Amino acid sequence: MVTRLKEVDAVTIGLGWTGAIMARELTKAGLNVVSLEKGQDRIPGEDFILPQVRDEVRYGQRLELMWDNSIDTLTFRNFANEQALPIRRIGAFLPGEGVGGSGIHWGGLHWRFLPSDFRIRSALIERYGASALPDGMTIQDWPVSYDEMEPFYDRFDKICGVSGKAGNLRGNKVDGGNVFEGPRSDHYPNAPIKSSNAALMFGEAAKSLGYHPFPAPIAIASAPYSNAEGVALGACEYCGYCNRIACETNAKASPNSTILPALRLDPKFEIRTRCFVTKLNYDKDAKKVVSVSYTDMRTGEEYEQPAGIVLLTSYVFSNVQHMLLAGIGEPYDHATGKGVVGKNYAYQFEAGANAFFEDKELNPYWGSAGMGMVIDDFNGETFDHGGLGFFGGGYIMGNTAGAPPIAGRTVPHGTPEWGSEWKRATVKWYYHAARFNTQGSVYANRDNYMDLDPTYKDALGRPLIRLTYNPPDNEFKMSAYLLQKLEGVIKAMNPTHYEMHPRPKTFTVVPYQSTHNTGGTMMGADPKGSVVNRYLQAWDAHNLFIQGASVFPQQHGYNPTGTVGALAYWSARAITTNYLKNPGPLVHA
Amino acid sequence: MTDETIPRRKFLVGAGLAGTAVATGLTQTTPAEAQTPAAPAAPAAAPSPQAEPLLLLNETEHAFVVAAVDTIIPADELSPSGSDCGCATYIDRQLASAWGGGAKMYRAGPYFKGKPEQGYQLPLTPAEFFTTGIAAANAWSRKTYGRDFDRLDPDKRIEALTAMQEGKAAFENFNSRAFFARLLALTMEGFFGDPIYGGNRNKASWRMLGFPGLPATYAHVIDEYRDKRYVAEPQSIADFS
Repeated sequence: MVTRLKEVDAVTIGLGWTGAIMARELTKAGLNVVSLEKGQDRIPGEDFILPQVRDEVRYGQRLELMWDNSIDTLTFRNFANEQALPIRRIGAFLPGEGVGGSGIHWGGLHWRFLPSDFRIRSALIERYGASALPDGMTIQDWPVSYDEMEPFYDRFDKICGVSGKAGNLRGNKVDGGNVFEGPRSDHYPNAPIKSSNAALMFGEAAKSLGYHPFPAPIAIASAPYSNAEGVALGACEYCGYCNRIACETNAKASPNSTILPALRLDPKFEIRTRCFVTKLNYDKDAKKVVSVSYTDMRTGEEYEQPAGIVLLTSYVFSNVQHMLLAGIGEPYDHATGKGVVGKNYAYQFEAGANAFFEDKELNPYWGSAGMGMVIDDFNGETFDHGGLGFFGGGYIMGNTAGAPPIAGRTVPHGTPEWGSEWKRATVKWYYHAARFNTQGSVYANRDNYMDLDPTYKDALGRPLIRLTYNPPDNEFKMSAYLLQKLEGVIKAMNPTHYEMHPRPKTFTVVPYQSTHNTGGTMMGADPKGSVVNRYLQAWDAHNLFIQGASVFPQQHGYNPTGTVGALAYWSARAITTNYLKNPGPLVHA
Repeated sequence: MTDETIPRRKFLVGAGLAGTAVATGLTQTTPAEAQTPAAPAAPAAAPSPQAEPLLLLNETEHAFVVAAVDTIIPADELSPSGSDCGCATYIDRQLASAWGGGAKMYRAGPYFKGKPEQGYQLPLTPAEFFTTGIAAANAWSRKTYGRDFDRLDPDKRIEALTAMQEGKAAFENFNSRAFFARLLALTMEGFFGDPIYGGNRNKASWRMLGFPGLPATYAHVIDEYRDKRYVAEPQSIADFS
């Protein structure tokens, strides 16, 4: 028995960063908005408090804030000729669960893509010739430019209270900032956060080699800040408990701390938690999603919620799953290369290193997730790839993100994993180890994609998403190049000992690597090659707007959230200024 | 050598005393000790080990866990033993927790072995996996050494755990390497986690590392302590509560 509810103006499916942004912008425009969130509510003053948040067992190991895989998960295989099996407990990536989603436990690294990233296919062809693109590389230009995105990047910076130093202010290069970045219309809202000793050492070594180090831009306020919604954010305390955990001072931006305090006061807004959206009900002839079906997980009762506008604001895998289950857009067919839904899956290619400094005191347990110095000399088309045999790149960072004692102990390779000798090495190096990371791009490949699993179902009987993924050669070569550059910087730091950590040739879902999954509902200029248009409006359902990193045509050498937020503000403005006046396709194919 | 007729609970009390003796260098030399000849007394310790009531493990399983965590984290100049730090209590409580029961875990079939890259694929909950692993380890230990793991001498315990770690211990129908990996991970969580979960008694591992535990803030000391070691009396969740 399904209960049919009264129509609302708009519904968001999920309430993380993009759900909160869309709900806020649309309620401000006068619409009634309902957010349907599968998980529980999470409220800063009640759920993000001392001393409970400083608990590595609960949050770091038992993953309190993460995806509940007893309800749903995805299946995985490396290659299309293998049997995909369910990820029974997530590991390699950690999407969040509940109100705020992954925006609560993220590290806060807050980046913009390069101007050339937005037209990467054209840029590569212009610079290296069409024949230079490797077989199977399915990259596309974005249907928006950096200049179009800039005001929305700026808007999101001012919601999050981002700390950093501009390196390109309205075209003027600024020493000490990222001189490779696109022009910014304004400074970062906050000065950079403090640097750790290890980060300063990295910056000095990079500078000695002629690189251009700068403090990492991060959505963690270095000083008390009142954001663009009038919400007060606290200053970072450098507690070292950012990753996988909520921030009790509201210095690290989350939807819960930056937007929801204002949104929750708006009577036009309603949150329904523990409501699991199972289906978009699609009218193919009208090219509209007329309603969404959901199950109230407290009672098991089913509801149909009609809505004028449907905002698909869940995580990448769920966005793609909804499209495939509803039959909106042509599913990607790996055998023929035809179709778009599920195509161009990308997974951030990170690799790092550890270095040990006998004579330096690094106090590793303090810090924040982005307490680091970065060089961006080898990202995207910042450098010439002629003769290198690969495309893409990434930023390189010396970071001090805290060293919680269960997961944050660093010892040299070859140290026993237990026993007295292990203990001595652990104590010897705890204060003297530094970590480094490279945030590599992923230029999409035809063999990496998502479709529906033929065997495994979620708790409500829906087919799980099946992920087929292994990094292509291009990314291994790109990463080897970044690691070689990183190794040069580490050598210049004169460590007692260091170790480079290239990625294994076969991707595994077991150890944590990155939560930067992208693609599957690409944005593009043409319905044949994309799922949504430049305003994130589905080509095949004009009242459906898909948000989040699933719209990325490929992933660039930066963390995705800055671009995810900017795109949401860009899309919201198109809805409030154009779509509401004249509901229909905003771009004519 | 152990008298196989001594009941396990009584034997455990004896083993605890024997363990202390080993740590202070009063009994025969073990390979581990050979590397540190005059091992000093264990640092001041953890409150005297009381028998904690068990939530999930039975006596045989508990004896295995105590012997294992004391081999993984031996008493030495840096810390008391794993069990004196509460690691066995931690493991018992974790296995009895919602996590141990398989909360937030996808458990539907069908089940296939899969590739290592696809992760854990067994129908067992973490608690079931762990107790099944203990039974398999003890069966293998009896076959290999003639007695259960907890009744082995310290050097044989090291040898047995090393065989499991390397996947060379041929457990019947069970992956010894995967079992050891879980045993090691849980032991480290118990040793280094907040004492609220029953491990890390007296914050022994935090004192050992120089980890200050839960700060309210470091903002005021970062600049002053750049390239200088900052050490503070560690504080745990209970200290803040």
